[in-house]
Amino acid sequence: MLDNSEGYVTEDGRKIGGVVMEMKNITLRFGGVVAIKDISFDIREGEIRAIIGPNGAGKSSMLNVISGFYVPQEGEVWFHGSKRPQMRPFEVAQQGIARTFQNIALFEGMSVLDNVMTGRLGYMKTNIFQQALWKGKAEAEETENREAVEKIIDFLEIQHIRKTPVSRLPYGLKKRVELARALAAEPKLLLLDEPMAGMNVEEKEDMSRFILDVNDEFGTTIALIEHDMGVVMDLSDRVVVMDYGKKIGDGTPDEVRNNQEVIDAYLGVSHD
Amino acid sequence: MFYREAGDFKTSYTADSQTFPIKFDRYRYYVVLAVAFGIIPFIINDYWANALLLPFLIYAIAAIGLNILVGYCGQVSLGTGGFMAVGAYACYKLMTAFPDVSMFIHVLLAGGITAIVGVLFGLPSLRIKGFYLAVATLAAQFFLVWLFNRVPWFYNYSASGQINAPERDVFGIIITGPNAPAWATYLFCLIFLSFCAIIARNLTRGTTGRTWMAIRDMDIAAEIIGVNPLKAKLTAFAVSSFFVGIAGALFFAVYLGAVEVGEVFGIQKSFLVLFMVIIGGLGSIFGSFAGAAFLVLLPVVLKVVGVDVLGWPTDIVAHLQLVIVGALIITFLILEPHGLAQLWRVAKEKLRLWPFPH
Repeated sequence: MLDNSEGYVTEDGRKIGGVVMEMKNITLRFGGVVAIKDISFDIREGEIRAIIGPNGAGKSSMLNVISGFYVPQEGEVWFHGSKRPQMRPFEVAQQGIARTFQNIALFEGMSVLDNVMTGRLGYMKTNIFQQALWKGKAEAEETENREAVEKIIDFLEIQHIRKTPVSRLPYGLKKRVELARALAAEPKLLLLDEPMAGMNVEEKEDMSRFILDVNDEFGTTIALIEHDMGVVMDLSDRVVVMDYGKKIGDGTPDEVRNNQEVIDAYLGVSHD
Repeated sequence: MFYREAGDFKTSYTADSQTFPIKFDRYRYYVVLAVAFGIIPFIINDYWANALLLPFLIYAIAAIGLNILVGYCGQVSLGTGGFMAVGAYACYKLMTAFPDVSMFIHVLLAGGITAIVGVLFGLPSLRIKGFYLAVATLAAQFFLVWLFNRVPWFYNYSASGQINAPERDVFGIIITGPNAPAWATYLFCLIFLSFCAIIARNLTRGTTGRTWMAIRDMDIAAEIIGVNPLKAKLTAFAVSSFFVGIAGALFFAVYLGAVEVGEVFGIQKSFLVLFMVIIGGLGSIFGSFAGAAFLVLLPVVLKVVGVDVLGWPTDIVAHLQLVIVGALIITFLILEPHGLAQLWRVAKEKLRLWPFPH
């Protein structure tokens, strides 16, 4: 386990900073079902943190707790050194946490460009009257944010589809547009819920490359859930392993790989 | 050939986000504006104004308003008639209380008052969606009509319970009342329509429009990217009601002159405007124009064909009119659920390649 508070240096030589987000003893119940049982872990600045586990382990619930959809019955969420009060999801977003969804959650009726532009919402400061007038402040703001968005569009190589309605795009591209929308917010913490689900090998390779590039280029802190073990082990700096709502492992990919409990959870032994 | 984007390069993002990015569209828009402002006022007569142009202009404003709510923000409303009534009564009260103030101000204020009422009735939208919200707005419709019928203060204690528009002018030109010239009423409504359409376009192409559409397409995802659902829905209700209120004020003061609320602003008015929006195309400003034109023009065309050309009795034509309009609406919804605006879009895509389809 790594517990030095100053951060650490990864195998490939990237410097990881202090703690960005810390989950302290989170317990989440739905009626009688305990989805998450007393889990604590942290996410450090600039790292790629994976949350893995078999189906139903509570990974997505964990992400939903971080992004404010679920309110845990017990435990605290600390973000940038202060305890987060109970927040609505849009307030969490305004704090600088962006995410993508397991089943794509794009705005189907809008073009790719408009979808990515929605990611810039936090940077739009004009009021409705200025926007109604358009000329002047609103137009300047639109242009300014458009420039930022075009950088993301270039970065993710989706220039050719920027005016296409999202509903016409194939699955793999939709995933990429969703990533673009999350990135457009220039988040302090980016949550990816199964970014590679349902993709073929080539698309997975592309997506992995993009995730690494995002981390490298913008220094974005990333927390991701993924089922493809090969991808997880290659991409992430540290891994949290969950099973039946409990944390059964936490550490570098190598540590996790050799953890007996993790092996059991994945290969299956009787839970008695 | 006529209509193409090729060679029309944009060198700035500002140029790319303008209302009519394609040159041909832009020129057509200028031509339409020139004809509407520069030619029609000189050739208009009372028949054309009252049968076609005024209802078209006013319904187009109402349709733009409803389209913002239903088409852009995805909140179904059946309260349009009620909100038009708010606009009409607000305008009436203002006209009679402040006779010297310009009608422009009265109509705008009437829109503003309707916006406040709209926000109030929009509050349930935070909790309920879809059909249930439609029912809640239906309650608004009936409540408002009841209110204006029952509280004599709203119709200044007149014996008939009606409201009558007194004669008012703008810069010395009479706009309301029986002596208003056709060209003046037409121009007055046209100015408001242009004003509303430009505002609607500016809002829908920018941040506000994107938050509305985000709420419409997927409210959960909208929230996760930082859209405050309360703010987004209530601004949609406010802007929508503002336009609908303006339409109501014009409908009463400029077009009809006298209004009995249950008859004019009843539930059938809500449905009429909703049909305009659906037939024209949800989520399209152009669609609002097309829908309003279609439903205003259709009865007139049917009447001309039935009574004047075929020589049928008026009552039969009037009944046939209902049947045909109804049948057309159903056919339309089945064949092109995205409305006239989508037909137009498809036509443009075809034209872009014409005459070589590949």
